[in-house]
Amino acid sequence: MRKVAIVGYAQHPILENAGALNEVELIMPVVHQLFDELGISQNNIDFTCSGSCDYLQGAAFAFVEGLSAIQTNPPIKESHVEMDAAWAMYESMLKIQMGDADTALIYGFGKSSPGRLDSIISLQMDPYYISPLWPDRVSLAAIQARVLLEKNIITPEQMITAVIEARTNSKNNKNALVTELVDKEAYLASENISSPLNEFDCPPISDGSSAMIIASEEKAYEFTDHPIFIEGIDHRIESSNIGSRDLSKPSGILASIEQLKLEKIKFDVAELHTQFSHEVPYLQSVLNLSDVPTNLSGGPLVGNVMMCAGLDAIGKTYESLKSHDFTNGLAHASSGPCLQHNMLVHLEKKS
Amino acid sequence: MSDQKDLLRAPFELAYNYKRSSGPLMSKFFDALAEQKILGTKSSTGKVYAPAAEFDPETHESLSDLVEVGPGGVIESFSWIEEPKHHHLIKNPFAFALIKLDGADTSMLHMVTECDEEDLKIGSRVTANWSATIENRITDIKFFTLEK
Amino acid sequence: MSEEEKKDYAESPINLEYHYTAGSATTRFLNQVKEGKIVGQSCPKCSAVYVPPRGSCPRCGVATNIEVPLTDKGCIESFTIVHIPIPGNPIVPPYVCAMIRLDGANISFLHLIQGIDVEEIRIGMRIQAVWKPKDEWTHSLENIKWFTPIDEPDVDVATLRFQES
Ligand SMILES: [Zn+2]
Repeated sequence: MRKVAIVGYAQHPILENAGALNEVELIMPVVHQLFDELGISQNNIDFTCSGSCDYLQGAAFAFVEGLSAIQTNPPIKESHVEMDAAWAMYESMLKIQMGDADTALIYGFGKSSPGRLDSIISLQMDPYYISPLWPDRVSLAAIQARVLLEKNIITPEQMITAVIEARTNSKNNKNALVTELVDKEAYLASENISSPLNEFDCPPISDGSSAMIIASEEKAYEFTDHPIFIEGIDHRIESSNIGSRDLSKPSGILASIEQLKLEKIKFDVAELHTQFSHEVPYLQSVLNLSDVPTNLSGGPLVGNVMMCAGLDAIGKTYESLKSHDFTNGLAHASSGPCLQHNMLVHLEKKS
Repeated sequence: MSDQKDLLRAPFELAYNYKRSSGPLMSKFFDALAEQKILGTKSSTGKVYAPAAEFDPETHESLSDLVEVGPGGVIESFSWIEEPKHHHLIKNPFAFALIKLDGADTSMLHMVTECDEEDLKIGSRVTANWSATIENRITDIKFFTLEK
Repeated sequence: MSEEEKKDYAESPINLEYHYTAGSATTRFLNQVKEGKIVGQSCPKCSAVYVPPRGSCPRCGVATNIEVPLTDKGCIESFTIVHIPIPGNPIVPPYVCAMIRLDGANISFLHLIQGIDVEEIRIGMRIQAVWKPKDEWTHSLENIKWFTPIDEPDVDVATLRFQES
């Protein structure tokens, strides 16, 4: 199988309300930043794939309009996933592995500010048994948090630590939306939104975009002496019926760990798509990351662009490997309620 | 370039009046709600899925053996909403809860209300309350309340 | 309830509320439309002129940051005669929807043609905007009621094709 490497990643500063920018105006700067860094143009890209959700904007086929941000003359090979752009990266990687492309541009964009994210996310649930009850994303996450707390898989103190560390780590992330530090007193004084989760346990409503370029091994060395290789990638999905899942057993992630033989790898850094505070200690424990610096970017708790935050976890891991004396990094992307989909990506820097 | 303050903004509502066919199995589930009965489906392993599942996610077989479950059950987990937001169907404090109905092996998501947060525990017993109007929807179960 | 009366579906309405924000390029364009002016945006690389603009040239993938005032005259690049009423649409059929190519623009947009027998409409026909009274102008292309034919020679639309410079 052909090896695939990440050669560039760019992220728009995460905004609370990007009203001044339409989708095209959000995407264009990050794509151009990447092209300029690598000294290339769209003409050097064999395959383009994006991730977004039309319901966020409330406009059918909004992703097609987003495509105006990139050069489409001569016509390009293009695809789109109605998912986080991490899945667009997966599709692009397969395209390269199949030999259909040597280079791929991936971008994701999300504007959550125009709509009511809670109602919109309800629509991803089973339309017969669940959506008509309009369960919001925080309440569903809170149901999983309570299961984990009740079974002592995580503790309230670990949730507080996750919040405090995310805010502290936001200083490493020039694009973070929430940078204000928080202490235990402020956390404990906060009212629950949907118990056991309070506002600090939840990610901020965020607008933004990100882009990434990946390439086959031969091509990657034309761009850089130190490409970061995608050594392993695995995606699993659990039942859409949350009532039939064991919310304290991440069966999808466990299958991926086995598939990727992660227990044999000593990771230097990890970025997890943990949108809620309880997911941080939970996944750290499942993925055996207690000694591994995790979410040095602050993670989704300091900026959570829907349809981008998973790609951002991969991008931030890439950036960490590039700028530190690190070799192995683990990135995690998720989707659906209560960590229903999970993608694990093992990145490695060759010396 | 435009300033944030000069930007044009307009509210709009996106509404679709979808009509959903429930299919042969789920239709029976929704028809039973009109008689204030809740149905599950039993797989060849004896496991009962409720609300009625069309297939078994473990054995992958299609399911057709309907069995009555509930209307009482046990809370498996819940989240408490002291201040409901605009999209919530209940305007008083309530919980979203996973409820394992009597006779079932899986849980059903629904709402629990007419109690205080302190009254609810994982393991609390609740029972179904019914809506006055029958619409062949999951909301024909109005909500659950603590068993007296 | 008899079998005949029984519905085989359940009502499952969804309704979502949004606050649309136009973004920079569209805001600039619509602010001019409110003043009765049509201002396209031009690509700094290939100089193609877009109206209405979305802020980028998809040919080059760059921002269209040059404002280009345009006239409200142009020609019909293509059209269709609508014979079937569309629910919620107040216009009585038959009526004409046309792709309008304004003079100096490199793309066309959809609008109505009135003031002529539908049988006489043809590609290349010269047309001009008919505006609503000024006190009714808003941030919308509906400030133009429709386009109507003017007494100028037809245009060969093949000559309108964008020429790579
Ligand atoms: Zn151009």
